[in-house]
Amino acid sequence: MRVGFFVTCLVDLMRPSIGFAAIRLLEAGDADVYVPPSQTCCGQPCYNSGDRADAIALAKKVVAEFEDCDYLVAPSGSCSGMIRTHYAELFADDPAWSARVATLAAKTYELTDFLVSVLELERVPGDFRGTITYHDCCAGLREMGVKTQPRALLARMDGVRISELGDAETCCGFGGTFAVKLGDISARIVDNKCRHIVTSGADAVVLGDLGCMLNIEGRLRRRGDATKVLHVAEVLSGVTPDRA
Amino acid sequence: MQVASMHFRERAREKLHDAQLQASLAKFQGKFVPARRQAITELDDFEGTRDAAAAIRQRVLDDLDVWLAIFDENARARGATVLYAQTPDEINALVLEIAQRHGVRKIIKSKSMVSEESALDHAIEGAGLTVVETDLGEYILQINDYEPPSHLIGPALHKSREEVATLFAARHGTPRKEAIDELCLEARAVLRQHYLTADMGISGGNFFVAETGSVVLVTNEGNATLTTTLPKVHVAISGIEKVVPTLEDVATLMRLLPRSATGQSISNYVDILTGVREPGEFHGVEHMYFIVVDSGRSDVLGSDVAQALRCIRCGACMNHCPVYQNIGGHAYGWVYPGPIGSVLTPMYVGLDKALDLPFASTMCNQCSVVCPVKIPLPDLLRKLREMQFRRNLRPWHESLALRGWGWLARRPALYGAAIGLGARMLRMLGRRDGIIRKLPFGAGWTDERDMPAPAPRTFREQYKARAAQRAHPKGPA
Repeated sequence: MRVGFFVTCLVDLMRPSIGFAAIRLLEAGDADVYVPPSQTCCGQPCYNSGDRADAIALAKKVVAEFEDCDYLVAPSGSCSGMIRTHYAELFADDPAWSARVATLAAKTYELTDFLVSVLELERVPGDFRGTITYHDCCAGLREMGVKTQPRALLARMDGVRISELGDAETCCGFGGTFAVKLGDISARIVDNKCRHIVTSGADAVVLGDLGCMLNIEGRLRRRGDATKVLHVAEVLSGVTPDRA
Repeated sequence: MQVASMHFRERAREKLHDAQLQASLAKFQGKFVPARRQAITELDDFEGTRDAAAAIRQRVLDDLDVWLAIFDENARARGATVLYAQTPDEINALVLEIAQRHGVRKIIKSKSMVSEESALDHAIEGAGLTVVETDLGEYILQINDYEPPSHLIGPALHKSREEVATLFAARHGTPRKEAIDELCLEARAVLRQHYLTADMGISGGNFFVAETGSVVLVTNEGNATLTTTLPKVHVAISGIEKVVPTLEDVATLMRLLPRSATGQSISNYVDILTGVREPGEFHGVEHMYFIVVDSGRSDVLGSDVAQALRCIRCGACMNHCPVYQNIGGHAYGWVYPGPIGSVLTPMYVGLDKALDLPFASTMCNQCSVVCPVKIPLPDLLRKLREMQFRRNLRPWHESLALRGWGWLARRPALYGAAIGLGARMLRMLGRRDGIIRKLPFGAGWTDERDMPAPAPRTFREQYKARAAQRAHPKGPA
């Protein structure tokens, strides 16, 4: 089974450990992982800012890079959601591309969903010990139906205890460029999230999207809070976050 | 209503630091959201009902002219007069004409958001007539010098009980009371006299029923029933999109409207008003008018955001919106706040007068998940962003950055080099302890948040090195 791994632009730049963690998990499930070297961005920043032409160009690039794979997997509900649920709308008036996009969309998965639903991963390599709390990122939850999958995988780890997060399904306030454009509203929203994280008493808050992680970690640190912020792939794989 | 949507950014900032408002919002937060969550479990097939409701509303929009014509014919057959207003000014002119025709001196009103669009109360007072709002929330706002509403169904929910107590004491000249039931009784005593002395009642309209020519009013206080039955003239004002084909359709929509709005199985009152009093009938007004309002709606109907017209004004989108929850309704600067307001306001007042509203969303999609008629609100906000981009309404540096990103991301080799360089620069900024405290061009981020510095090498750099290592295990990495 040839699994095309979409690293995502944010993981490439900010936290490569998430990419290597995801690859270790996919390989633990006996997937033959292929990382197209020419991959860059799924086009979501352009799409969500109204720049449709560039979004279409980048979507075509992703389709061409991944359509030969059996699956496309990304360590992000947001980027996989872009491909699975939004690409179609970009090509509504283009029958030739529409068909190619639909084929790719149907085999596009968020990482934890893929590990549970397709690879049916029974044992996870990670050895994390401690209490974690889980935040459900919006796109994963509401576009990709990711809710039980990460929890099911974490439940397979002996050392992990889950303390559920209050308002876990409420947005952290990231919203891509929203966090910069309307930074003060965004900061207030993430502040509420941080309060719930502190209340959970967990050693680490775990989630599945790096954008939300940067937002939550950035606000926690500014508040002087040292709670770890980890990607679910890092916890499951045992690959530790790389730091400068 | 005066348009202030261009000042969203500043107003939102102000609201974030308004302690009293924040206390009211925190209280409101614990009410509607859990109430809805509980109420929708009463339906055997909530999602199926949502599908049906969305289909009913979409069916109307697909042939709106036809349904309006049927409504018009049936309303006239029952003795009502059906008038059409193209613009907000026409709404006010029609109301004043009707008032003049029937020698009206005093008008009572139940809740109508459409009349807020045209600032009808001001027009009525400007013509020397008296107008009294009878919805408790609207009444509170009226006696507070016409403060604008901040929520579709709870127009005064930004106000605390203490503020209302002070306001009542000042305006009514009565001893200050703080108990909610006492305040309600006081308002009731004031309003009762007006019901009995008014010559005309104005209501909104939750639905116009095509098959019967009726207007449906969904309320909790009973004020709409009195407003539309005691005076001799009733004027119902609502948008062209509010028509629904049949009473059975109303029944379907009513399974969702109160549950989505306040978490009630049914509102305390549902009025279905049809025609004038016929000879021998005991109930009904002598004169019934419908003012059916376009005011930008037919433009929306022909646009990329037409689905917004399915809206049945329950307010669930704003109740569940993380942005609304933290800034309240006034920041949005016009009649309709929250996600639906961020779609409608730019369409009704002009894209260029509400540039921030389509961006006043994290795109978390919770609004569309709870919408009883399945309006894909984030998709519509994105359509408005596309319109702004196409018409060059975005700041030039933003458009340039997007096009630059799109250009770069299509050129993998160059992209790899640029990202590698960017990573090095970011690491420089966080070289002390791996934390970036001030991001050039990213103050919106770093004013209230840190940014972790990136890893020493990008994923693509590390992956390439590992691949080389694997291919030539003895060679240099």
